[in-house]
Amino acid sequence: MNKNKEQLLNKRYKAEQRFRLYGLSAIFMALLFLTIFIFKIFSTGYTAFQKTWLIVPVTFDAELMMLEQNPSNEDLKDADYYDIALKSMADLDPNANEDQENELKRMVSYFFEKEIKNELLNNPGLIGKTKEVYLTASDDLDQVFKGNYPRDLPEDQRRVSDYQLKIFDQLVAKGKVESKFNISFFTYADSREPELAGIASSFMGSIFSILVCLMIAFPVAVLAAIYLEEFAPKNRFTDFIEVNINNLAAVPSIVFGLLGLGVLLAIFHLPRSTPLVGGITLSLMTLPTIIIAARASLKAVPPSIREAALAMGASRMQTTMHHTVPLSMPGTLSGTIIGLAQALGETAPLILIGMVAFVNTIPGSPMDPAASLPVQIYIWAESAERGFVEKVSACIMVLLGFLIIMNLFAQIIRHKFEKKWS
Amino acid sequence: MNLILFTFIVLLGFTSYYFGRKKAYTIQSSNKRLTALPQFYGYYLAIWCAIPAFIIFSLWAIFEPTIVKLLVLSDYSNQGYLDDELNLIYEKTKSLSRGQFTGEITPFIEASAEKYLSLRSIAQSSKAVIVLSIIIASVAYAYKRISSNSRTREPVEKFLNAVLFTASLAAILTTVGIVFSLIFQTIDFFKVIPLFDFVFGTHWYPAKAFVRDSSEALDPSMYSDTFGAVPIFAGTFFIAFIAMCVAIPIGLMSGIYLAEYASSKVRQYAKPLIEILAGIPTVVYGFFAALTVGPFLKELGTSMGLEVSAESALAAGGVMGIMIIPFISSLSDDVITSVPQSLRDGSYAMGATKSETIKRVIFPAALPGIVGSILLGVSRAIGETMIVVMASGLAANLTLNPLESTSTITAQIVVILIGDQAFGDPKTQAAFALGMSLFLVTLCLNIVALRVVKKYREKYE
Repeated sequence: MNKNKEQLLNKRYKAEQRFRLYGLSAIFMALLFLTIFIFKIFSTGYTAFQKTWLIVPVTFDAELMMLEQNPSNEDLKDADYYDIALKSMADLDPNANEDQENELKRMVSYFFEKEIKNELLNNPGLIGKTKEVYLTASDDLDQVFKGNYPRDLPEDQRRVSDYQLKIFDQLVAKGKVESKFNISFFTYADSREPELAGIASSFMGSIFSILVCLMIAFPVAVLAAIYLEEFAPKNRFTDFIEVNINNLAAVPSIVFGLLGLGVLLAIFHLPRSTPLVGGITLSLMTLPTIIIAARASLKAVPPSIREAALAMGASRMQTTMHHTVPLSMPGTLSGTIIGLAQALGETAPLILIGMVAFVNTIPGSPMDPAASLPVQIYIWAESAERGFVEKVSACIMVLLGFLIIMNLFAQIIRHKFEKKWS
Repeated sequence: MNLILFTFIVLLGFTSYYFGRKKAYTIQSSNKRLTALPQFYGYYLAIWCAIPAFIIFSLWAIFEPTIVKLLVLSDYSNQGYLDDELNLIYEKTKSLSRGQFTGEITPFIEASAEKYLSLRSIAQSSKAVIVLSIIIASVAYAYKRISSNSRTREPVEKFLNAVLFTASLAAILTTVGIVFSLIFQTIDFFKVIPLFDFVFGTHWYPAKAFVRDSSEALDPSMYSDTFGAVPIFAGTFFIAFIAMCVAIPIGLMSGIYLAEYASSKVRQYAKPLIEILAGIPTVVYGFFAALTVGPFLKELGTSMGLEVSAESALAAGGVMGIMIIPFISSLSDDVITSVPQSLRDGSYAMGATKSETIKRVIFPAALPGIVGSILLGVSRAIGETMIVVMASGLAANLTLNPLESTSTITAQIVVILIGDQAFGDPKTQAAFALGMSLFLVTLCLNIVALRVVKKYREKYE
């Protein structure tokens, strides 16, 4: 009998331990996913911050450039650079036939003509001389150099030919291939060519959308929260508003995209694909988040503050505006930043209002067509070129960086400025 | 132009504030008692400046385009144009006046573009004159009216209250906007496609319903058997089901562990770390699912002799499950911590171990709250878009095999609406009909979940 009891007890203790282990392994699994996730993004993305350059000697032949004697700056700008650009690439292999010359040309980006031009514009004394110029390598060679591209595939399955690889290896052996920090990733707009694609346009698009969103959502949400928390009578109608807010907070984001499409674009005829429409759509989405945060922080202000102000003869409006609202601001602001961080990561509604259009200019105002960072991730992820994979990861890293900064900021505001009442 | 006018009005507002306050000081200096603080006199005048400006601006925004259009098109009346043609002419006129017109410029359109531009400038300048004169008149009237015994604080506060109330209507307006934007397209859709075919049809192939020429008559037979939404609904719930299979056990167990077992130190670090998962944008999950999980599962399946699609429902659903873990874990954590301590103490006093207490006492007590959190998770899984768009298939297969690809409501909406849309086309309307069903399903789930959670909270307060 006693033995039985002991066995039972042991069994119960074992069950206890097992249960505890389940809990621990659940947490472990969740954290494991997070780690794999971050590791995967970083390990595929970090190479995008480097860019491969070919150092090619270029002879600035005045005749080939159709330049007269003593050309002015204007002449230099209008000169023909295609021929010398082509010639300098072809000169990499003096024995190349016509097909091979074409292949040589494709070893650099189609931007090479412009890069040579910039070199000369910066240094007009180069005419008639030869200088080594840094040219952006094509995305395939870029990937080869970074080791992301399998070289042992059969040639017909590769986008780089054996011949290109041979010349490339010769250049590498001569030390004429260099990897440098990829500034253009941050300063160029989107492009169909991975080696020239940057996040500048989508970044500006994101900034403009978030600003529009902030300018609309913040005032409206704060005013609404003040009304609901401080002034609203308790009746059916305010209950209805409350149910609405709670529901909106859980409505799928794509439905807001349909709202933007069906109302903002179809009825109000606002310009398509612009951060203005994107920002308005996002503001409708973040509105409930901010209202809920602002109400919570208004609620946290103790009634004694209000009573003291009222006792001094302040009206209810004065009490609210002079005392309650300023005291609730830290909580409201950190809620706002978290809401904006959510809006910054939102993709689906922006796709529906047309912010997926290919934009290769950097927008200067919220009225110009633009993409946004998450949409850029989507666009690149759907592209076939291998070079875009690392770009996507790098773009994700930038986006996550911003989200982390915003959340830290929210935390700091909350901890530094929020009054603790007790 | 509008910007200058706007700044001018704002400046006028500040000036009237200044004059109002000054008048209060003069009243005060003549040894009369004020009925409110001096700045309220200022606010009072500023409001008398703001309200007429707002009214005129909105009236103008509503009526100016219509009137200008009528005047421009009056040249074309009695020439037997149809309404559609007139609209087209007007669009051409507008784009020409913006300098964006590409196409043949006829002298007629050039003339109307000039007329349009001159009408616009007349409208703008008359707006400026009218706004400014009315504002000045109203402020002057109010300035004369305020005296020592007039009330200023009450109207100012009433006005503020009205502003606050209007702001609180934004939530209702958004809901109305959503319903409004969905309902008309949906009704038009069901005029062409019978509701029965949509709800019970098993073939979803919207690409068949190509954009038709507007002159062509609508032929319903063309669309028969293209808009059966059963595969879409099935795919949506199937992927959500896979997601919940991942999210519920992991989320619930980590919620229980954090609430009952974890030391405050572990809790302090583990909780925010898990919540990072909720802060990662969904497009990032989509990329992860499409690039890493999908191919990984495919390789794994091939090595086991199974045929796995690279865009399997399992990859999309699994990654979606990871995304939902933190929602379930934090909500159930909250719910469990709010179970009164007395219940635990009672159970321990009877000799129960911790896990027995959790399983037999706390879990049943917290069940409504947990169910609510799971329902919210389901609603999120159904409405999730980017993961499905990127990692799951775009063709709607009716299948229950997690290794094949399926499609969801959200993915279909994106597929249909990406790029240019032609309103009035059944394909576009189908997207709105799908959006409507998505909205209704999530609405029901949310209302039920929020009710359950609220009831539960009230029980232990």
